[in-house]
Amino acid sequence: MAGHFEATPGGGAAVALDEVEIAILRSLAVQLLELIGPGDEPAEGEDPLAALFAEGPSEPPTDPALARLFPEAYGDDDKELREASAEFRRFTENDLRTRKREDALAVVRTLDALGPVGDDGAVLSLTADQCRNWLGSLNDLRLTIGTRLEVSDEDEGQDGSLYRLPDSDPRKPMVMAYLWLGALQETLVETLMP
Amino acid sequence: MGHVSVAAPVEIERPESAEETFAVPEPDVPWVTLVHNDPVNLMSYVTYVFQAYFGYSKDKAHKLMLDVHQKGRAVVSSGSREEMERDVQAMHGYGLWATLTQDRN
Repeated sequence: MAGHFEATPGGGAAVALDEVEIAILRSLAVQLLELIGPGDEPAEGEDPLAALFAEGPSEPPTDPALARLFPEAYGDDDKELREASAEFRRFTENDLRTRKREDALAVVRTLDALGPVGDDGAVLSLTADQCRNWLGSLNDLRLTIGTRLEVSDEDEGQDGSLYRLPDSDPRKPMVMAYLWLGALQETLVETLMP
Repeated sequence: MGHVSVAAPVEIERPESAEETFAVPEPDVPWVTLVHNDPVNLMSYVTYVFQAYFGYSKDKAHKLMLDVHQKGRAVVSSGSREEMERDVQAMHGYGLWATLTQDRN
């Protein structure tokens, strides 16, 4: 089970993780939360219900990773489509951010619930719902890191250039994390396949 | 309540012809949801999303995934604009790159 998810009865999944892996996953999930941004908590004295009706942004995010997480729904080929995308974004982006935030929070919380981890590591057991949170967040992390690394189709597969980076390359640690997250996600998908 | 007036049904019957002029001619062109290829999403994950969200069979989901991967994009659903906005929103929730468009072909 080390390094890969296995299905558990009841639609859940479990994976054995060591201390370093837990620390990396937690750190990445927290960074993702920071990237997605805080929730729209009502300011002091403000009507908490107002947030429910608050409109989201109409402009696509300028950060390329965020732009990938929150794409243009109608494309951006002409003015008319950009306007339709902007309107769609106003009414959907807040919900989408909330969902992604909840997924990443579930990753942090399930890791924290492991408690002190010994030399043998720990087994992370997820419920079916938590599996979906993890699947979403692993994907968001890979989209984010993949955008930062400017991953392209040529990087795919065992012969791809990502697998052949020299150790001196500054991108190496991020690439290792990216590939490892991919392997984790792949085995989690397998346990969830209907 | 001084300014609130209950609208009285002054005239509820309208000639049929007048009714028709109000109807906006809705072109009978369906909308479609397109999923675009990207170098990050795993093939297995994309297949899983098509099965889990649309309820497609494993074969159909796999074929659509291959279309996305090999042709650059694929139509994954069609219907009204509202339905396609819902599907696109769901695809974005899963992290797939999706757009909706009116299918003029």
